[in-house]
Amino acid sequence: MLEVRDLHVAYGEVRVLHGVSLTVQRGELVAVIGANGAGKTTMMKSILGLVTPDAGDIRWNGQSLMRVPPWARAAAGIGYVPEGRRVFPGLTVEQNLRMGAYPVRNPREVQAGIDEVYALFPRLAERRRQRAGTLSGGEQQMLAIGRALMNRPRLLLIDEVSMGLMPIMVQRAFDIVKSLHEQGMTILLVEQNARQALAVADRGYVLELGRIVLAGTAAQLQSDPRVQAAYLGGGSGGFHDGRPRA
Amino acid sequence: MAIPAYYVTVGIVTGIYIILALSLNIITGFAGQPNLGHAAFFGIGAYTLAILTTQFGMSFWLALLAAAVASGAVGSILGLISLRVREDFLAITTIGINFVVVSIFLYHPFFGQAFGIGGIPAPSLFGVAFGRTGFLALVAAAVLLVVWVSRRIEGSWFGLALESLREDEAAAEAAGIDTRRFKVIAFTLGTALAGLAGGIYASFMTFISPGDFTFPLSITILCMAVVGGLGTIRGPVAGAVILSLAPEIFRFVMDYRLLVYGGLLVLMMRVQPTGLLGRDSVLVRRWQRLIAHRRRPLSAS
Repeated sequence: MLEVRDLHVAYGEVRVLHGVSLTVQRGELVAVIGANGAGKTTMMKSILGLVTPDAGDIRWNGQSLMRVPPWARAAAGIGYVPEGRRVFPGLTVEQNLRMGAYPVRNPREVQAGIDEVYALFPRLAERRRQRAGTLSGGEQQMLAIGRALMNRPRLLLIDEVSMGLMPIMVQRAFDIVKSLHEQGMTILLVEQNARQALAVADRGYVLELGRIVLAGTAAQLQSDPRVQAAYLGGGSGGFHDGRPRA
Repeated sequence: MAIPAYYVTVGIVTGIYIILALSLNIITGFAGQPNLGHAAFFGIGAYTLAILTTQFGMSFWLALLAAAVASGAVGSILGLISLRVREDFLAITTIGINFVVVSIFLYHPFFGQAFGIGGIPAPSLFGVAFGRTGFLALVAAAVLLVVWVSRRIEGSWFGLALESLREDEAAAEAAGIDTRRFKVIAFTLGTALAGLAGGIYASFMTFISPGDFTFPLSITILCMAVVGGLGTIRGPVAGAVILSLAPEIFRFVMDYRLLVYGGLLVLMMRVQPTGLLGRDSVLVRRWQRLIAHRRRPLSAS
């Protein structure tokens, strides 16, 4: 469904991704785990078209997305839950949801979408007329997910779903991701919280300093000693013994 | 019993300011794009009408349409520029456009240079030329048009797209909004309406000169929208009324107008960034509480 091939991205002189490749099949929940600065968000932004790669290809159902602008990618069915929630703070909850349905715009479908999101997150229904900026962190995360669902995406990109949430909400956020997956949604999850991410994912990739250093099923990664050491809290060091790669 | 001419004139000028504040509001309030050169588009509209009516004998109505089109056309270029230049740099660019446009009026013989253009005819309808009252009616109609356009935007997908663009451009794009198109449309529409105001102004004054459209006017217009409340419709209307009537009442302020407006802008940003009548402003919250108090006894009984 989604295929990223040998993606190179640099911000000016600073090279962030050095040839990242990954695939997401229909119905899968794929997690990309990695530390801060590994290039996770840059990879997401490249898939969305918010960052222009220097080399490589991104294919969506066999078609290259390289020359497709971000809004057209959204309309083609790639939904995005941004890092740090990034809801439209000055708009109400309901306006935020409407905005997510912009590529749809058919009033009946939009209303149906809003009702579905409210059924999924009753808290949002209670706060429908409240400005999104005044919601709690967990509620904003629900809203960000709900907004992405409004466009009925075929693939949902979720960037750091647990970032900045209270511990109790972190669990809740992953439960939401898991239940979306169980309902058949294809999801690409990018996450620092490797333990939680691998617990819900089918497959995973480990991104380190702009390279995929390991790939496998979630179970394989969970039992890999290097992953355990670096990301699952078993000791220090990583793939390169803590030394930065040249 | 006729209304005294003085009040009619004040009404006309206020109406023109309302159009200017509301048209800027489409660009800066709804779409969140800085524009510190709005007076330039007011000027392009005024000069278009002045030249077409005095030198080419075009009728007022046709020339008024041309004024809006010419202004909107230049505005769309600014819209295209806004795709490459952002935020602070865009603000500076818009200031530059204001100076460039005024300089062209001032130095090119075609635009009458410092002498300006005089003898601009008043509009006529069915062979009867407009007097002051006619102008007041014309301005009122134009204000209603601009309010109507603003209201249509506010409740529409277009308006929502502009607001999301203002709130978070990257998130808007990820939500499927072609931000480039909406920026250009917002600039085109806002500047076209400023051009409309310019056409009416030129005809009403019968004489225009480059000094009428300089940078301080741009600041005045921005100040009106900000004081009233950017992003709403009531805000810029109220701001335009307050700031165009204030100098009439406090004549002595006139000499220090820029100082006062600049200070006002800073003050508003500090204490009431959403404007007097903007969303969640003190006045609006008070009013809502007042209404809530009035309603409660009724619903309880």
